[in-house]
Amino acid sequence: MKSLLRGLAPALAAVVAAVLVWQPMPSVTQAGPALQGAVNVYSARHYDTDDALFNGFTSQTGVAVNVIRGTEDELLQRILSEGANSPADVLITVDAGRLWKAQEAGIFQPTVSDTLNTRIPANLREPEGHWFGIAMRARIIAYAKDRVDPAQLSTYEQLADPMWKGKVLIRSSSHPYNQSLVGSLIEANGLDATQEWAKGMAANLARNPQGGDTDQLLAVVSGVGDLAVSNTYYVARLRTSAKPEEQAAGQAIGVFFPNQAPGERGTHVNVSGGGVIKSAPNRENAVAFLEYLTSDEAQQKLANASYEFPAVEGVPSHPVLEEMGPFRRDTLNARTFGSNNQLALLIMNRAGWR
Amino acid sequence: MRVEDLPVSPPRLLNGGTRLIPSRSALLLPWAGLLLALVVSIPVLTVLRSLAVPADGLWLELLALTLPRYLANTAVLLAGVGLGTLLVGVSAAWLVTVCRFPGSRSFEWALILPMAMPAYLLAYTYGDLLQYPGPVQAALRSWLGLSRGSSWFPEIRSLGGAIVVMTAVLYPYVYLLARAAFLEQSVVSLEASRTLGRGPWRSFLAVALPLARPSIVAGLALVMMEALADFGTVKHFEVDTFTTGIYLSWFGMGSPIGAAKLAAGLLLFVLAVIGLERLSRGKRRYHQTTARYRPPTPFRLGGWRASAAIVVCTVPILVGFVVPAVRLLDLAVVAGDQRFGAAFVGLARNSMLLAVGASVVAAGLALVVAYGLRLVPSRLMRLTAWLSTLGYTVPGSVIAVGVLLPFGALDNAVDGWMRATFGISTGLLLSGTIFALLFAYVVRFLALSFNSVESGLGRITPNMDGAARTLGQGPLGVLRRVHLPLVRGSLLTGALLVFVDTLKELPATLIVRPFNFDTLAVRVYLLASDERLSEAATAALTIVAVGIVPVVVLSLAIARSHPTQVAT
Repeated sequence: MKSLLRGLAPALAAVVAAVLVWQPMPSVTQAGPALQGAVNVYSARHYDTDDALFNGFTSQTGVAVNVIRGTEDELLQRILSEGANSPADVLITVDAGRLWKAQEAGIFQPTVSDTLNTRIPANLREPEGHWFGIAMRARIIAYAKDRVDPAQLSTYEQLADPMWKGKVLIRSSSHPYNQSLVGSLIEANGLDATQEWAKGMAANLARNPQGGDTDQLLAVVSGVGDLAVSNTYYVARLRTSAKPEEQAAGQAIGVFFPNQAPGERGTHVNVSGGGVIKSAPNRENAVAFLEYLTSDEAQQKLANASYEFPAVEGVPSHPVLEEMGPFRRDTLNARTFGSNNQLALLIMNRAGWR
Repeated sequence: MRVEDLPVSPPRLLNGGTRLIPSRSALLLPWAGLLLALVVSIPVLTVLRSLAVPADGLWLELLALTLPRYLANTAVLLAGVGLGTLLVGVSAAWLVTVCRFPGSRSFEWALILPMAMPAYLLAYTYGDLLQYPGPVQAALRSWLGLSRGSSWFPEIRSLGGAIVVMTAVLYPYVYLLARAAFLEQSVVSLEASRTLGRGPWRSFLAVALPLARPSIVAGLALVMMEALADFGTVKHFEVDTFTTGIYLSWFGMGSPIGAAKLAAGLLLFVLAVIGLERLSRGKRRYHQTTARYRPPTPFRLGGWRASAAIVVCTVPILVGFVVPAVRLLDLAVVAGDQRFGAAFVGLARNSMLLAVGASVVAAGLALVVAYGLRLVPSRLMRLTAWLSTLGYTVPGSVIAVGVLLPFGALDNAVDGWMRATFGISTGLLLSGTIFALLFAYVVRFLALSFNSVESGLGRITPNMDGAARTLGQGPLGVLRRVHLPLVRGSLLTGALLVFVDTLKELPATLIVRPFNFDTLAVRVYLLASDERLSEAATAALTIVAVGIVPVVVLSLAIARSHPTQVAT
């Protein structure tokens, strides 16, 4: 034991010395003249492919992109506790509810940019410019092709119909994707009707919610239920998977865009988006960065990498999404359903939808 | 070397309550200990403070709707994991310590291997292996010729699945401590029991088990705290536990205060359980009453008994280490991380340096606080030391917020003062630095090193301090010349535990780290949370590989920790 310790001691000392000497902090450049230095991005998007976006921005403008990736709520907490001196320039997250929450917390500053305002459709950005959607995902109904005739499907509301008793799969109410969807229902139908709807949904569930969207899709394939509520890119991922089992699963389910009939409001879409932080030390870089994200080049990269719909009109989606067919989207502003998230969570829990 | 009494144990008074009155200059050390312990307690106090802030109505309604379920799930989870780790840990420890059967020597160290596996990694791996399109179900379907549509397979993403996964990675704590306790028991007591007519089973139950009870309970308490603080596994399996409630309050209802309230409730619960156990032990004390030590003559097992012993020891290693490691290796080889290479050296370096840094700092801090407590075993000192170790029961994200808030406040206060006084902006000095991150680790894991050092010091008789002081050494001299050599083993054990846990730590790392600063655990999380397990496998395996080294060192050290070889 002693000899072991003696052997370890110098090694330990060397590593300690290395820790002390070692300086891992990249220098965070303070606000300088326009488009020099850096932009500090706090991102809740975890995709490796986003690095290609950041590199694209750097090579176009010479501005270095510093990134911290984390979960959105924790990033928000960090910006809040860092206060006026926070190095954060931009916060990027993947749900309108979270964007709204960040706005409520007062960390965004309004941005006025003609580029952003013309490139991004009005309902995908916050009216005062606190945040901007850069990509969309639609929340669709996936059905078992061999058991369900899509003609039986129509709207989100209809999922609560007793005809689907024991057939419906959806993830937990604790997830923002569901909170945003239900937030849009509250806006469309009112609180009481939505509460009734949530009860109907809870009664129709094939099982107590478990797993993510992908798990609901797979549960349709394995026969636990017939219908699943999911974001589009999860279906796209299955269909483009390298694993044959997953590919087959992706083909066994059909995609139905709800609320498409004339007079209906359209399918619920949620956004990935970002805004400029109030205390941003590199404000101009931050705006330029957001503007870059809406360029054709960046939108194309986004669409191909994460199977999201580009926010900018006219940029083609990934073929696997195009295959799902054209659809009309609910143009309710993301801020509205985002701000309903907490109520939505409560409504679902009241109905016993965990 | 022992790892006894790892979790929060109220520091014990020196034997006979001897109080060594330190000289004036030496008062510095207890004061330093007090101050450091206070600083480390800040995040936990930040969390506890939230209890005083009133909650809003929406949050209360949600709580009323969901809390019963969270509590029920948490209770089942704790009971299941507690029972599982107890059964696996104690029986394996007993078998390898007291019995000899083919492979028993190798099992001694191999049983610790699952410690190198982060629980969330096991959850990802088994979730992937056992899910519907995963290899196991696919193979079964093709063998049995089942058609798509049969859903008879038990769901891994469930409370039961979480219990199995956590038991598989956490039993080594019970195993380690139980084994250390069994090793210390002289065979004399067991022989006396056998002579008095008890069979091997009765001897185990009536003599060995009660003697080892404090250690086993200590291990179990560690397991419970880990299970309570876990978020990765329950999140991945979508099991609602108390931790889920903390997250939902915070993120779903936007109420960090509500989250902190729940966390504070969690703390109180843990304290109550530990208190109950102490109460139930009452005034009973189990001591080795004889100084005669003879290494146990092992029971030689043969035939079906040997086979059964092998099975008991093999299954936990298979479930907790071999199967996931092989699966990860397979994934890594077939697909793997495209960034493997130069970038990985950086990741591994970051991980290693953080882990080494945290373990060294925690060990040093533990030594100062524990020795300060030994010199001045006052109530204040004890309370502060105990507060400083509470971070171990709190989920990493909550600790992270507990760290972010005071650091941000301090940085901004310094900045404000500097601006007002000198017109200079100092910006954020500590927030978002390696220092803040190391601090978070120390807050979270100090319990591991402190309790280890403290129990090590506790075994040194105060007579030795007295003798050394009489011979002209100051308190620091005593520490350096007498105590340090004696507690080196405990110090190392504590440091190793902190090292392994830091390497695996995720939530605090994710949120407190500096820009562009990735570690292996972060890499695993970013890929795996995006359901890209094959790519995450490479970084995951690297964590396991790096974690194995200290685990093996630890097991070697323990194997040599026979009382005859311990300098005490």
